[in-house]
Amino acid sequence: MDLTVAPNPFFWSADAVRSFYATLSDAPVARVVLGELVCSKRLPFWQDEIPLAVDSLQAGGKQVALTSLALITLRRERKLTADLLGLGLPVEVNDLSALHHIPQGVPFWVGPLVNVYNEGTLRWLARRGATRICLPPELPMASVAVLAEVAQAEGVALEVWGHGRLPLAISGRCYHARLHERAKDSCQFVCEQDPDGRDVDTLEGQRFLTVNGVQTLSQAYACMADHAVALRDMGISALRLQPQSAGFDALCADYAHLLAGDLSAQALVENLGAAHPDMQFCDGFGRDSAGATWRGHAVPV
Amino acid sequence: MELVCPAGTPAALRAAVDAGAHCIYCGFADETNARNFPGLNFSRSELAQAVGYAHARGAKVLVAINTFPTAGKETLWHSAVADAETAGADAVILADLGLLAHTAERHPDLRRHLSVQAAAANPDAINFYAQAFDVRRVVLPRVLSVEEIAAINREIDVETEVFVFGGLCVMAEGRCSLSSYATGRSPNMNGVCSPPEHVDYATEGTDSVARLGGFTIHRTPKGGVAPYPTLCKGCFTSGDKTGHVFEDAVSLDASKLVPKLAKAGVTALKIEGRQRSRAYVAQIVRAFRAVTDALEDGRDPPALALARLSEGQAATTGAYAKTWR
Repeated sequence: MDLTVAPNPFFWSADAVRSFYATLSDAPVARVVLGELVCSKRLPFWQDEIPLAVDSLQAGGKQVALTSLALITLRRERKLTADLLGLGLPVEVNDLSALHHIPQGVPFWVGPLVNVYNEGTLRWLARRGATRICLPPELPMASVAVLAEVAQAEGVALEVWGHGRLPLAISGRCYHARLHERAKDSCQFVCEQDPDGRDVDTLEGQRFLTVNGVQTLSQAYACMADHAVALRDMGISALRLQPQSAGFDALCADYAHLLAGDLSAQALVENLGAAHPDMQFCDGFGRDSAGATWRGHAVPV
Repeated sequence: MELVCPAGTPAALRAAVDAGAHCIYCGFADETNARNFPGLNFSRSELAQAVGYAHARGAKVLVAINTFPTAGKETLWHSAVADAETAGADAVILADLGLLAHTAERHPDLRRHLSVQAAAANPDAINFYAQAFDVRRVVLPRVLSVEEIAAINREIDVETEVFVFGGLCVMAEGRCSLSSYATGRSPNMNGVCSPPEHVDYATEGTDSVARLGGFTIHRTPKGGVAPYPTLCKGCFTSGDKTGHVFEDAVSLDASKLVPKLAKAGVTALKIEGRQRSRAYVAQIVRAFRAVTDALEDGRDPPALALARLSEGQAATTGAYAKTWR
């Protein structure tokens, strides 16, 4: 079992992107998916960093793939998706319309925003060319176990969401713009103010969700450390870690130590808690429970 | 234009047919459909009878099998497709890739519609489903403007169906795990959103509070009644802002846009609400049938007085009028 770094869903400056991927080149992760996942309007501000990041990650021995957008609607977004194929790297499909541009037989990856819930879907994707699939985070463990067997038979590497705010929903509406009383087309890129998303609490102050442009995430950070051994035993081949603005290199190192068996899940959680005192955790989807729960308990206020 | 109307019960189906529905959609009473509510939906024999009733009156029946089959339990969904065909359904409405592939292979003569739960939001997605699985109609996600729908229709060869009235998902359908994050049960897996067994109403002081999975979704002061805690319609706080962060408590009413939707090349108009009463269904169907009939005859469609039937008493044209842009 190894580690895959998810595409960064947030809007960071070009400088922040450059330094993040430069550091990541030395991290103990096997592969990195990058590119704009959430909003095509952000891309012009940082797209020049992508080839630099690819070069430095590949020089660091990482396998690199490029993600499609999560929700493709506009003409230029469709062209962007078609153009991804010409770049010589595997494409990670996070909106199924990307498949329209991928010829039969060309290998591709499937991200967690594509609905792979059952054997029929997994087999169909495998025969269409999928070589690596990250399952949707809400999938119960019983389903993960069934799909792990099918994936092995089909020769597909299967990944499970390992760490990071859970991608819960995608919309045509931009919530960052809405919170700033702006329309989507005149958003003035306010999502750049929130490098880990903007928190949304209940009226009673319960920490609940995080908005990131058109995306809604959990406010708690999923942490599947407790489940890593069980997932490996099922045949899951990688845990997926989502970028965050602080402490990501230490986090990658800790997860690598966890997989190598020289750091316990408990110690990993304690390290994370010490480095990020405000970070809330959840692992309910790994326990067939509400996703927001952590180690069998409701998330505290 | 074809009017596609909801039926949660055989009585609602008959009411919709009698009120002039061209087409009725319904589902089996299990987790194979996205309105898996207690007391709703059809047994196998009820469906066969309903198809008979509708066909005798010139109406069609579409069966929604539009959740994502559970790993290890796919046969439940496979038998739903087979039973819909046996009952004489005019089409099945599907969302899952694996189930589409199964149906195209094993039931090639059963017409396939793509559910809104598949969230096919552009011509490439629609052409992909059309080519891979011979899908004949696609129900468009509620994230598109009328102009975008017109542009899509220029690039595809399959029919499009759009929602014009009823509950409004503000998220891309079939791609939302908000409900399972709070409760463990989701539209994709269980056919439910914000399910009632995880709802708790409380009175605290003079406030009425509605919680979902322990999270406060509404808090209504001074003796008011908190609305049902549908997660994305809730009132939350973010920084210095408090309010409906995702969507106001409104429902969709695109009745005034029907002529524009027709010009945009839309084949069918869909009304949400399999969970609603047969009286509600009959009233909405009659009102929209007057609109489609006027359109057929080249008359101006009548203005509809549907406001009091809208959820939350306020209506929106959603993404269609491009106000989100």
